[in-house]
Amino acid sequence: MVWLTGGGLVVCLGMILGLSALILYQGLATFWPGPVVRIRTIDGGTIMGEATRTERYRPTSDQLAEMDPQEAQRIARDRARRRLIRTGNFELTGVHFTWVDDSQVAPGAEDRPAWALVFERLAWGRFYGLPKAFTIDGQSQAEDPERIWAMFKEYHGPVRQRWRVRRRLERRDIGRINHRLERARLAVRRAELDSGEDSSQAESAREREHEVQRRARAEAERIRARIDELDAENARYAIVVETADGREQSLALGDIVRAYPPNRLSTAQRLGVYLSRWWEFLRDDPREANSEGGVFPAIFGTVVMTLLMSLAVVPFGVLAALYLREYAKAGLVVTIVRIAINNLAGVPSIVFGVFGLGFFCYIIGGTIDSVFFKASLPSPTFGAGGVLWASLTLALLTLPVVIVATEEALAAVPGSMRQGSFACGATRWQTIHRIVLPRAMPGIMTGLILAMARGAGEVAPLMLVGAVKLAPELPVDGVVPFVHLQRSFMHLGFHIFDLGFQSQNSEAAKPMVFTTTLLLITIIVLLNLAAIAVRARLKRRLGTAQF
Amino acid sequence: MDPASPVSVPGPDREASSPAIEAIRRGEPVASVVHERVAGEDPILQIQDFSLHYGPTQALHGVSLAIPRRGVTALIGPSGCGKSTLLRSVNRLNDLIDGVRIKGRMLLNGRSIYAPDVDVIDLRKRMGMVFQKSNPFPMSIFENVVYSLRIDGVRNRGVLAEACERALRAAALWDEVKDRLRGSALRLSGGQQQRLCIARAIAADPEVLLMDEPCSALDPAATSRIEELIARISERYTVLIVTHNMQQAARVSRYTAFLYLGRVIEFGPTEDIFQRPTVPETEQYVTGHFG
Repeated sequence: MVWLTGGGLVVCLGMILGLSALILYQGLATFWPGPVVRIRTIDGGTIMGEATRTERYRPTSDQLAEMDPQEAQRIARDRARRRLIRTGNFELTGVHFTWVDDSQVAPGAEDRPAWALVFERLAWGRFYGLPKAFTIDGQSQAEDPERIWAMFKEYHGPVRQRWRVRRRLERRDIGRINHRLERARLAVRRAELDSGEDSSQAESAREREHEVQRRARAEAERIRARIDELDAENARYAIVVETADGREQSLALGDIVRAYPPNRLSTAQRLGVYLSRWWEFLRDDPREANSEGGVFPAIFGTVVMTLLMSLAVVPFGVLAALYLREYAKAGLVVTIVRIAINNLAGVPSIVFGVFGLGFFCYIIGGTIDSVFFKASLPSPTFGAGGVLWASLTLALLTLPVVIVATEEALAAVPGSMRQGSFACGATRWQTIHRIVLPRAMPGIMTGLILAMARGAGEVAPLMLVGAVKLAPELPVDGVVPFVHLQRSFMHLGFHIFDLGFQSQNSEAAKPMVFTTTLLLITIIVLLNLAAIAVRARLKRRLGTAQF
Repeated sequence: MDPASPVSVPGPDREASSPAIEAIRRGEPVASVVHERVAGEDPILQIQDFSLHYGPTQALHGVSLAIPRRGVTALIGPSGCGKSTLLRSVNRLNDLIDGVRIKGRMLLNGRSIYAPDVDVIDLRKRMGMVFQKSNPFPMSIFENVVYSLRIDGVRNRGVLAEACERALRAAALWDEVKDRLRGSALRLSGGQQQRLCIARAIAADPEVLLMDEPCSALDPAATSRIEELIARISERYTVLIVTHNMQQAARVSRYTAFLYLGRVIEFGPTEDIFQRPTVPETEQYVTGHFG
């Protein structure tokens, strides 16, 4: 019997560890800078890029017929091998990746050029090439690779810095101007709605709007001038590279996010590239339709939504459990309510999404819009998905978990303590909030942990009520009122779905799927550890051994 | 459980010398014998023809007792005779159990406890209760002792601290815990926890102190300390104590009531009950020959 139970445990552990190991390995390997290979094929072409995947396969009989008979013999014993090479250079070749079969490689024609450079760019994906020249204002300043690379390193840093300043100007400063214009426009709409289009209030609102627009235009022009200045300065610098098939391309330094010569790096330098990519992943915004860049907005959105969900579910869940356990008289009604709550846990999560969309977004959100945000209509404020409705929908989803855990924690409070409290002359509510609830708090925290784990991982309902592929703003920022509950947000789970199924460059996105999964699991584990730490402290303080 | 008085239902050969048990068997009401010396005392609590049903089962049959003011009154009797039920009826803790029905009256200082307009919370505040197994709250020692005052709305730290010290001194616990009042009450030993519960019960200066077998879970050393405590506080308070241990009843109480099967069989001063009992069943019980 002990073998059976032990065996069951081992199988479970094996599955968990296997899954974790797979995600850990694939997720961590994504950012490691590998070498660049150059291959001359037997039909005369040249391919240069990073080898990402290797496959062994059985070719069809047609393919075998085309091959060299000796090759075909060898393949019959040992399967054919082909590699997926990331060739980049999308604007020149039209593809990001190319399959290269071993049989296509001309004999002895594979090498790793010392000066092959990898460029990660703001748009168009990666570029691979050999350095030909470094130009400033169109004039070539260096022709040999060492010198070119040294100049590149010298100028690229300041170029990036200028780019970041420029981006901040565009995002934050122009964004502020837009906000002011929007507010002025809404003020006009509100005045028109309240007092009529020809009223004096509307007139004065329109005048104010014109004033705001005038000042905004002037300021915007100033900012644009500055942006143009920065852009112009950045546009001076470029690097000319030669691609594998002999074409020359000039890459502006402003478009390059990162570049490195992979075949010349020491392990320490590779580690540097690796860590800088991780840093970018965690801190930056996404690029290239989410297949490159960072996932910071998704991390932020996931954490904010999970916290809001916890804030919503714990009070309601605990109050409901308190009523069921402490106040309600045992009977048919209470039994039916309990059955209903337990069944709620079995409803598919997408159904909650549909309910959230219909009830929260359209009905409640629509009502809020028509009462408070009439001026913005027909563009919905709360009448469409947002972080508030998403949190409430997920709170509904995880409610049964919290109720059940809280009820069990309340039931575990010894009756002797309750009796002692009543004997001292406490009312029922005093007994609950002074004795029962504090004693049940560790169990309630367990419910919270389970709810957070379940809620942070649900994607299906979020797709309908507020998670988006690319959100223009974060739900929490420096603009009053600081927490914008009506904004849509990005979510790591949704990001993974988007990467896996809706990418154009799916091969590039695949490794990112693993990395993002690793990140999501890590965040949930951290949230859970925090809650477990709080629970452990509570347990120590209360001296209980339950839960 | 007191090993000296094993519980057993009287066998057929005892029937002849147990008219009360005979009468109970036949379903007739049994008159309780009340000694004169107790009948003349000023009662703080008057129980008049009190009956209680737990659902279909009747636990108390027409109990009538007049508990004298101050001093210790003990309720003794074999298991299941209704002592604890009677005790819990005094502070209406039985109200919390579903399906409980009562008949008859209980008067505290002349005012009915079970009248419809009685504020139960207020009533319970005027009584303190100590249970068989100590039940300190999961709070600090200080908070445990002043719990009754806090729920009454007292917030003044000075008042609370003073009441806490007074109660802990009366419970003979002050010297042991005065340096760790903020420590958790759950870290005290069994005997200390029970003394803490006694301190908690007397902190709000109750009129009646109800004790339900307070020493049954403690070792003899702790038991004797608590008995000293009870003897001391009974100068101020009225103590109603339920006990299985007849030696304890003989040691601490001034008056003793013997109950059997939900009825009061005999009630009188302790020495009389133990040395000159009137009813034969009482004598059988106190000499350990019950059954």
